[in-house]
Amino acid sequence: MNDTIPGSFQSRHIGPDEPERDAMLRAIGVPSLDALIDQTVPPGIRLEKPLDMPEADTEFGYLRRLRTIAANNQVARSCIGMGYYDCITPSVILRNVFENPGWYTPYTPYQAEIAQGRLESLLNFQTVVKDLTAMDIATASLLDEGTAAAEAMTMFHRLQAKKTSVGQTSVFLVSDRCFPQTLDVLKGRAEPLDIRLEIGDPGALPMENAFGLLLQYPDDHGEVRDLRPIIDKAHAAGLLVAVASDLLALTLLTPPGEMGADAVIGNSQRFGVPLGYGGPHAAFLATREAFVRQAAGRIIGLSVDARGQHALRMALQTREQHIRREKATSNICTAQALLANMAAMYAVYHGPKGLRAIAEGVHNKARVIEDALAALGFRQTNAAYFDTLRIEGASVPAVRTAAEAAGINFRYDGGAIGISLDETTTIGDVRDIIGAFAAAKGEDGTVIFKYPVPFSPNVPAALRRTSAYLTHPVFNTHHSETKMMRYIRSLERKDVGLDTSMIPLGSCTMKLNAASEMIPVSWPEFSRMHPFAPAEQAKGYAQIFDELGDALCRITGFAAVSLQPNSGAQGEFAGLMAIRAYHRDRGDAKRNVVLIPSSAHGTNPASATMAGLKVVVTKCDSNGNVELGDLHAKAEQYKDTLAALMVTYPSTHGVFEEDIKEICAIVHGHGGQVYMDGANMNAQVGLTSPAAIGADVCHLNLHKTFAIPHGGGGPGMGPIAVAKHLAPYLPGHPIVSASGGGAPRASSNGGTKAIPAISAAPWGSASILLISYGYIRMLGVDGMTSATRVAILNANYLKARLQGHYDVLYANHNGRVAHEMIFDLRPFKHAAGASVDESDVAKRLMDYGFHAPTVSFPVAGTMMIEPTESESKDELDRFCDALIAIRKEIQAVMEGKADAKDNVLKNAPHTAEEVSADQWSHPYTREQAAYPLPFVKANKFWPAVARIDNPYGDRNLICACPPVEAYAETL
Amino acid sequence: MYPSDLKYTKEHEWVRVAGDRAQVGVTDYAQKQLGDVVYLELPDVGKTFSKGDVFGTIESVKAVSELYAPVGGEVVEVNSHLAQHPESVNSDPHGSWMIVMKLANPGDTGGLLDANAYTDLTK
Repeated sequence: MNDTIPGSFQSRHIGPDEPERDAMLRAIGVPSLDALIDQTVPPGIRLEKPLDMPEADTEFGYLRRLRTIAANNQVARSCIGMGYYDCITPSVILRNVFENPGWYTPYTPYQAEIAQGRLESLLNFQTVVKDLTAMDIATASLLDEGTAAAEAMTMFHRLQAKKTSVGQTSVFLVSDRCFPQTLDVLKGRAEPLDIRLEIGDPGALPMENAFGLLLQYPDDHGEVRDLRPIIDKAHAAGLLVAVASDLLALTLLTPPGEMGADAVIGNSQRFGVPLGYGGPHAAFLATREAFVRQAAGRIIGLSVDARGQHALRMALQTREQHIRREKATSNICTAQALLANMAAMYAVYHGPKGLRAIAEGVHNKARVIEDALAALGFRQTNAAYFDTLRIEGASVPAVRTAAEAAGINFRYDGGAIGISLDETTTIGDVRDIIGAFAAAKGEDGTVIFKYPVPFSPNVPAALRRTSAYLTHPVFNTHHSETKMMRYIRSLERKDVGLDTSMIPLGSCTMKLNAASEMIPVSWPEFSRMHPFAPAEQAKGYAQIFDELGDALCRITGFAAVSLQPNSGAQGEFAGLMAIRAYHRDRGDAKRNVVLIPSSAHGTNPASATMAGLKVVVTKCDSNGNVELGDLHAKAEQYKDTLAALMVTYPSTHGVFEEDIKEICAIVHGHGGQVYMDGANMNAQVGLTSPAAIGADVCHLNLHKTFAIPHGGGGPGMGPIAVAKHLAPYLPGHPIVSASGGGAPRASSNGGTKAIPAISAAPWGSASILLISYGYIRMLGVDGMTSATRVAILNANYLKARLQGHYDVLYANHNGRVAHEMIFDLRPFKHAAGASVDESDVAKRLMDYGFHAPTVSFPVAGTMMIEPTESESKDELDRFCDALIAIRKEIQAVMEGKADAKDNVLKNAPHTAEEVSADQWSHPYTREQAAYPLPFVKANKFWPAVARIDNPYGDRNLICACPPVEAYAETL
Repeated sequence: MYPSDLKYTKEHEWVRVAGDRAQVGVTDYAQKQLGDVVYLELPDVGKTFSKGDVFGTIESVKAVSELYAPVGGEVVEVNSHLAQHPESVNSDPHGSWMIVMKLANPGDTGGLLDANAYTDLTK
């Protein structure tokens, strides 16, 4: 293969060059890369011919071509609203966070000691949400407003299940003044759980049998109404009440928490996060402290480190799918950390006064427009509002024609016209908005109005906010750009991202996120598009969706793709719902059992439970493979009710199972469908495919295989690809029902049999699809196939180098692993005496400048390493040198040569403060602590805190910026 | 090492019966498996459980487990000290009773293991 054309994108994306590859093959002991692949990937599933896809483009060529595609998107001034508002991303945040690999390349902050920067920022996010909603606690973060509403609903369902008897019909009430996309997402999430939605005027809905209620404030029309009467009534009837809201509005309005809400959800997008044609944005969920264990999403909490200093970590992880599996609060895994951080930074930069000024400016302009339209004889129907006017009785076609001529998008909702303003609205925009209405009336368009006007809110006094918010110093300090730049940088330097060293997280595929893939995400033609903009303004996006959808079909061997799911877990839910719809459509509604191997990722059982399916776990054999006998027995036992098998391929144990085709055949033979978890797709592309192994549907973690960065814990994207027979059931969307530009194979929303929307936006987090599109266009078939081959090469090279030092748990009969491997640390763990465990190794790696591999998944007491193709031999060697040196450190402890408690492993990580202190009492040297190998000196990374006390944090939960005095108390 | 005055379940609860009352907790083996206990969700006084019912949950940093009633009866007391000090389960598992049950059928402790049998189970 033509792997290494100098200057080609693949020569930049793929780490090892030709001489390095040769050296690695020699170390492994195989004559060629072809031979290694033949020994790794079973012959029966190999693709017979290369994928038929366009040739690779150069980086320069790709960006030039993308400019012409971008030009086919027309960015109008968006007044559509509906939860998405144009906003100004402060340049200091755009440059130093959004476009900065120090922020976008780290992983979810499981290794908290080297993630204190984004943990602090996420704590700020929780504080922003908690303060503005006036609730006790907030999580960080959820995928979008629609799914956040669904998480509130299911949280209430769990909370109320304890009170109601089994078998009682569950009814959830929803105001018809919630956004239509929220209603559709709720429908999809309610039905499989046997929750009946009653949608209507909340005052008129019968409350007897209901467990909860969702309101929107300001509502779908933009109207602001006092929620206290309806919340009081609902509480009296025993309901819990969630309110969908808008953080900017809450700077001026009485917050839902002060009106008695039990949960508040919404989208933080307008806090400086670009529209991106639907995402990515961070949604939020705030609730009562008593409900914290039932709340979905990560929670950042305060704890202390080994030296007694305050330190942050992810708290209460037992709620989450990776521990509680089918009993988890939600299947959410990937969240929206990068965007939550941007929203938090926006609040830090503007502060409470700045935010209020922005909100007042928006409201003032709405007031001016209302007055001017009234003078023109238009009827505005929102008695009180924040930023959105609703005009009824106007000629919609006439207004629309005039508005579009002026480059303005209003919301057209039946006979009504919605006008939503935002912080980007200028006086010129105000003039043009009024002018469009004037023109519709045949007036000459000369508009006279007065601006600026004094702030005079049209909302009644009872709905004007009087309580303070964002009083913590962090929101009242960094208002100059210099200070802001330094604050962002001070956090960034506490975190390890791919800009520091390799992040060998198994199952996470931390590959290069190339700058050329990233740059277009900030182009205004992509970033400023409203998700519900008319399709004719989004032809550029449509072309990208078509080409990307087509490429993903070819790569998977499937017939159709939905680009809607915002994460792998959402893809799983969508895929299972499509399978469920398929069975039901065939009159096979009793099929409700999902077989899941015991080695599966926790999202699998959590998603199956969300889809109303029953999880039956199948065994793995001693080689880590699905045990065929057990699978066959369970398929037989459930042959009348078998809905699907969820299987990861190559397996979560890092092996291409030889029996995969037989596994799929057994399931098909018993009436089930095969869902393939695409987490390990990076070992497949170009060599085999989900269709080739016999699957019917798969998701693709674009943030793994297809180069979307992990963002410090999101965003991600999890499109699903399906065989032809499942295509009719791909998710629809209530607002945008057209296909993604018409190509039959590409993403489509809304056949007659479509399942309800999975995400609030029709193409999920559309703007980051560009990254995967760029990855595919610039690598081409050769480059992608080569990436897969080198990913396998790198993993087997690591295995060869670590052999003799650690035991690798699973390999195939040729001794080969796929793109990742598990190595065993259990031999060093003893109940009594000298003992070293996986977390000691994880923390000690920090002293060497590395992020740990995946810890204790899928096997407790082990680590899983995935190097990816992007790491070159010298980085792999440094990582192996570190692990081998650590193995010697373990040996010293085991043999009693090092103290059982006071040793480099147990005390890791070592901070600069500790190592440079006048006092040093350990029986090893400072150099052994901080510079254990020579290469460490060249690129030393100092962990910001020492080992964090996890139990302390969970026993003493503090999950908002604590008052400054609280820090003093913990010291 | 397991106290002989207690009875045990295969799910690693212990029970200390005195008359028609029984204290219930989790064993040393259970707390070691869980690691540092951070939270207990315990029932309200007055709730009744049949033998084998889930009466609560126990959480550590890394794991969560359900608590099963080793005997049937009504909850007459809940150890509020544990809510503030869940770490007691680690430091003194057999002294950290979680609930006291009034036995539905006093004397019926069939199916429970004695200390020797439980020790064998955990080997």
